[in-house]
Amino acid sequence: MSYLLSVLIWLPVAAGLGVLALGERRIAAGRWLALAASLATLILTVPLWSQFDTGTAALQFVEKLPWIPRFKAYYALGVDGISLPLIVLTAFMTVPVVIAAWTVIEARPAQYYAAFLIMEGLMIGVFSASDALLFYFFWEAMLIPMFLIIGIWGGPRRVYATIKFFLYTFLGSVFMLAALIYMYVKAGDYSIASLQALPLTLLEQRLIFLALMLAFAVKVPMFPVHTWLPDAHVEAPTGGSVILAAIMLKMGGYGFLRFSLPITPDASRELDLLVIALSLIAVIYIGFVALVQQDMKKLIAYSSIAHMGFVTLGAFVIYEIVAATKSIQGAGMGLDGAMVQMISHGLISGALFLCVGVLYDRIHSRQIADYGGVVNTMPVFATFMVLFALANTGLPGTSGFVGEFLVIIASFRASFWYAALAAVTLILGACYTLWLVKRVVFGAVANPKVAALEDLNPREFVVLGALAAAVLLVGLWPAPLLKVMQPSIHHLLTQAIATKL
Amino acid sequence: MNPTLLLAIPLLPLIAAIVAGLGGRLIGRAGAHTVTCLAVGASCVLSVIVLRQIWWEGAPVYDAPVYTWLVSDSMHMQVGFLVDRLTALMITVVTFVSLCVHVYTIGYMADDPGYTRFFSYISLFTFSMLMLVMANNFMQLFFGWEAVGLVSYLLIGFWYTRPSAIFANLKAFIVNRVGDFGFVLGIAGIAFYTFSLDYRAAFAAAPHIALASVPLSGSVSVNALTLICVCLFVGAMGKSAQVPLHVWLPDSMEGPTPISALIHAATMVTAGIFMVARMSPLFEYSDAALSVVMVVGAITAFFMGLLGVVNNDIKRVIAYSTLSQLGYMTVALGVSAYGAAIFHLMTHAFFKALLFLAAGSVIIAMHHEQDMRRMGGLARYMPITAVTCWIGALALIGTPFFSGFYSKDAIIEAVGQSHRSGSGFAYWCVLLGVFVTALYTFRMMFLTFHGPERFREAAAHGEQDDHDHDHGAHGGNPQESPWVVTVPLIALAIPSLLIGALSVAPVLFGDYFGHSILVLGRNDVVAKIGEEFAGPVSFALHGFLSAPFWFAAAGVATAWLFFLRQPAWADEVARRYHWLYRILTQKYYFDWFNEKILAALSRGVGVALWKGGDQGLIDGAMVNGTAEGVGWFGGVLRRVQSGYLYSYAFWMVIGLVVLLGWFLTHLQ
Repeated sequence: MSYLLSVLIWLPVAAGLGVLALGERRIAAGRWLALAASLATLILTVPLWSQFDTGTAALQFVEKLPWIPRFKAYYALGVDGISLPLIVLTAFMTVPVVIAAWTVIEARPAQYYAAFLIMEGLMIGVFSASDALLFYFFWEAMLIPMFLIIGIWGGPRRVYATIKFFLYTFLGSVFMLAALIYMYVKAGDYSIASLQALPLTLLEQRLIFLALMLAFAVKVPMFPVHTWLPDAHVEAPTGGSVILAAIMLKMGGYGFLRFSLPITPDASRELDLLVIALSLIAVIYIGFVALVQQDMKKLIAYSSIAHMGFVTLGAFVIYEIVAATKSIQGAGMGLDGAMVQMISHGLISGALFLCVGVLYDRIHSRQIADYGGVVNTMPVFATFMVLFALANTGLPGTSGFVGEFLVIIASFRASFWYAALAAVTLILGACYTLWLVKRVVFGAVANPKVAALEDLNPREFVVLGALAAAVLLVGLWPAPLLKVMQPSIHHLLTQAIATKL
Repeated sequence: MNPTLLLAIPLLPLIAAIVAGLGGRLIGRAGAHTVTCLAVGASCVLSVIVLRQIWWEGAPVYDAPVYTWLVSDSMHMQVGFLVDRLTALMITVVTFVSLCVHVYTIGYMADDPGYTRFFSYISLFTFSMLMLVMANNFMQLFFGWEAVGLVSYLLIGFWYTRPSAIFANLKAFIVNRVGDFGFVLGIAGIAFYTFSLDYRAAFAAAPHIALASVPLSGSVSVNALTLICVCLFVGAMGKSAQVPLHVWLPDSMEGPTPISALIHAATMVTAGIFMVARMSPLFEYSDAALSVVMVVGAITAFFMGLLGVVNNDIKRVIAYSTLSQLGYMTVALGVSAYGAAIFHLMTHAFFKALLFLAAGSVIIAMHHEQDMRRMGGLARYMPITAVTCWIGALALIGTPFFSGFYSKDAIIEAVGQSHRSGSGFAYWCVLLGVFVTALYTFRMMFLTFHGPERFREAAAHGEQDDHDHDHGAHGGNPQESPWVVTVPLIALAIPSLLIGALSVAPVLFGDYFGHSILVLGRNDVVAKIGEEFAGPVSFALHGFLSAPFWFAAAGVATAWLFFLRQPAWADEVARRYHWLYRILTQKYYFDWFNEKILAALSRGVGVALWKGGDQGLIDGAMVNGTAEGVGWFGGVLRRVQSGYLYSYAFWMVIGLVVLLGWFLTHLQ
């Protein structure tokens, strides 16, 4: 038995506690510890990736220990092609957050680092738990550090934002817990595999589907339960926004793939139009809303919602493909697209929030109107910002293109109109992203503050450079990513279109 | 053909772009232009070698993948090259024009602070365009398609401090994205019917797709191939600036002049034309889609040409001319004369790049003045520019023996021969377009190079351009441009003069394109014209007797009369028909509609959804409403928990009674 997953979960948590123990006085050491731990976690994902067998859909690196024997809950871990990329993404995105905070966080830096490291471990736990109760434990536990991050290091309206964030997500989670308990009672244990195998009537499936959907839809977030996200992003410190957008939202998408589709396939088939409609609303409605934002972070937050619409669209359009063509050919492309979109959005939105952070650290404003002509004083930064903005518009050659392209191609199989509505993102995405770039980056120097800007320091350069490399790598050569996912996606597809009735 | 050699053609400019872009500070200005010119030069030489191999030596078509981009659900998406005769011709034209522009830029941008960045961009552009034309699948086509759009975005906004430039580049990108919206749907349609993105699979399946139909609503359905082709053509309308997606092209003149020559005349805008020609095995099976192509092209050819007649900016006049000529190419595509379209694309690439670079040469001499009303009589001071520009102008209006004649005359005749629905309308558009072309071209020639010298007054008035350049003493006589500028002019003037006569026999009427373009027998209008073809000389001599020649001559005469002989008449006409003049100067109100109606409406919708939907309905009523509801309920509960013992006792008694009552009723 390999303990790699446990190490990936508990190493950052232990390091976080270590940073706490060092305290604010020895923060210099604490910073290096945090960096070392996050880097070590990232490096440990290399064997996870390289030793992963891409020939099987079975869980790998499994660990199983009794946890709460009374409820037959196990400390059971394992990864497949769906969770592996998300774990790597989590480990990858925590490093820039740690580096970006280096000199920026002045209030209680030790606690700040501790919160992020502990959260990293818990998020990896979410993606590697193969026991539903353990999943739920990690799912809820990671809310606490995020709650603290927004609540302590957040902006002026942080209290409103944190409470809204917490209540929204908690409300959804409670319904998920109820559904999990119901299924536990029927199945006898919490293993996700046995929940997936559990026979359920259509009524049961419908109720479970809706309960789960509430939890996942809030996290994604889907229209109309998305309004916590812009507020949370605006108030969160840069690192909080990065993790929120890059990883936390993916937990919703992961939930749909891991729980909703395999556990309630019949209800998913029956209610797929609901999800597809909400996804397309996310793409178009939110696209228009993003267009008129005056706060950079809000704009990127709304853009995130629109992009995550592709994840849910790709996941649920499979039923319409099967219904329209009487064949599963091409359906896997929707799921592939959903997965790639999650990874890509993690990289791009994280990078964009870091870019806003770079500007915010200098001018202490997120208002678009306070900027203009940044390229004159920060040419290197402007290059990165334009690159990430173009990636956000889904330019081929960047990661942003891959997922959207696959989902649009898959949607065409279901209906010309799904593809057409989804493809509107090509126009709206370009409008809101490049209009932002025009107003912030280009133009003459708008005011003395912009004139006094200094370009990226080496620390910021490394952070944005690493993300740029990742965005280009996934865009130019996505084949390895899809190869890792392939057997698990295929397995998921057979589960999702099978019937439990 | 050697795959490494083929790979080197696009990769050399890419490497040069990266070196010049990232290492610009290290290698300096001379380093940047040396590395990019050498790379593009090498690409050009390699392209000519490929053309030679494939044309004279009869090398087989190269069609093979380079690497697998991804595999999803067993669909292989690959990066790969298809090099046939069409591709060989395109890469030669692209790299040759690009090389001329690279050399020219050394002179034109000499004083610009963004010198190395500029070279990086134009090399990157060359790479993108080569990827586009060399693709053997739709994924890579789309990559190149969007990449040229990206570089165009960067280059139009090259002088990023100018508000007009960053407005124009945003506009260009968004309008192109509207086209790409259609394009990606077309690709998705291909993927649906063939489960592959390779051209080969799509071309093989075209006749079958033509039998399928796509349901659009309950009872309405549309032919699948027509839908796919129209969607693809929407993409072409964006890139090749066809009405109504043409609005970005005139504004793109905000970029430096070498870019106008390279991107907005010779290469990027021809991507749409190339794409439709490449997709001829699809379009051939959809008459309806070809009719759409033809009518859109005809409208663009005539109505956009008219706008050139009223514009005073020398670059914009040429830009409208480009729109109009792209319309001609599109009409040719629409009547299945794909070969004629590509032929015109090629001749146009040379003479239009020439005209733009000549205009740039004039602009340098005029210290970045672009208004033709402040020019005149320049032929005396700039003989090389004037002569080469005359060659370009004569080629543009289709003077027999010049390159433009062969291609344009073939298109007009092909339209005349076509029986596709709408071809009658298209014929009148392209014929009248000849008059309009001659009118605006020679208006430009006369205002710029002949007639009274008006630039001295302008200089005396202290009229200055907003771009801070200094090319010699103001107030003195205009100077001919340096050799890095004039040599490319001459290099382009030669093909503008000769390429038509030299290549008309094989390219247009011979079997140059072979299997790279498919024309069904019943649609083959070019073959009908070809039956009477007896060599380029007799073709040109015959041209003197044809209607287009007389329309062109009338256009030149009108331009001479109104703009050289009796300039007051032009103002008089503008006054008398001021409503028409206003429509033309307002560019048919397209920009007004887009900016005042469409953009405003989008922002209005955005605000309405944000304030009304998100903040009002969801947050106001549902989220905060729930919180307030809970608060209100809590208030009610608080009143119940008063802390008075008698109150609790009272409620306990009541509760007991209710419970007892419930038990008693249910026990019975």
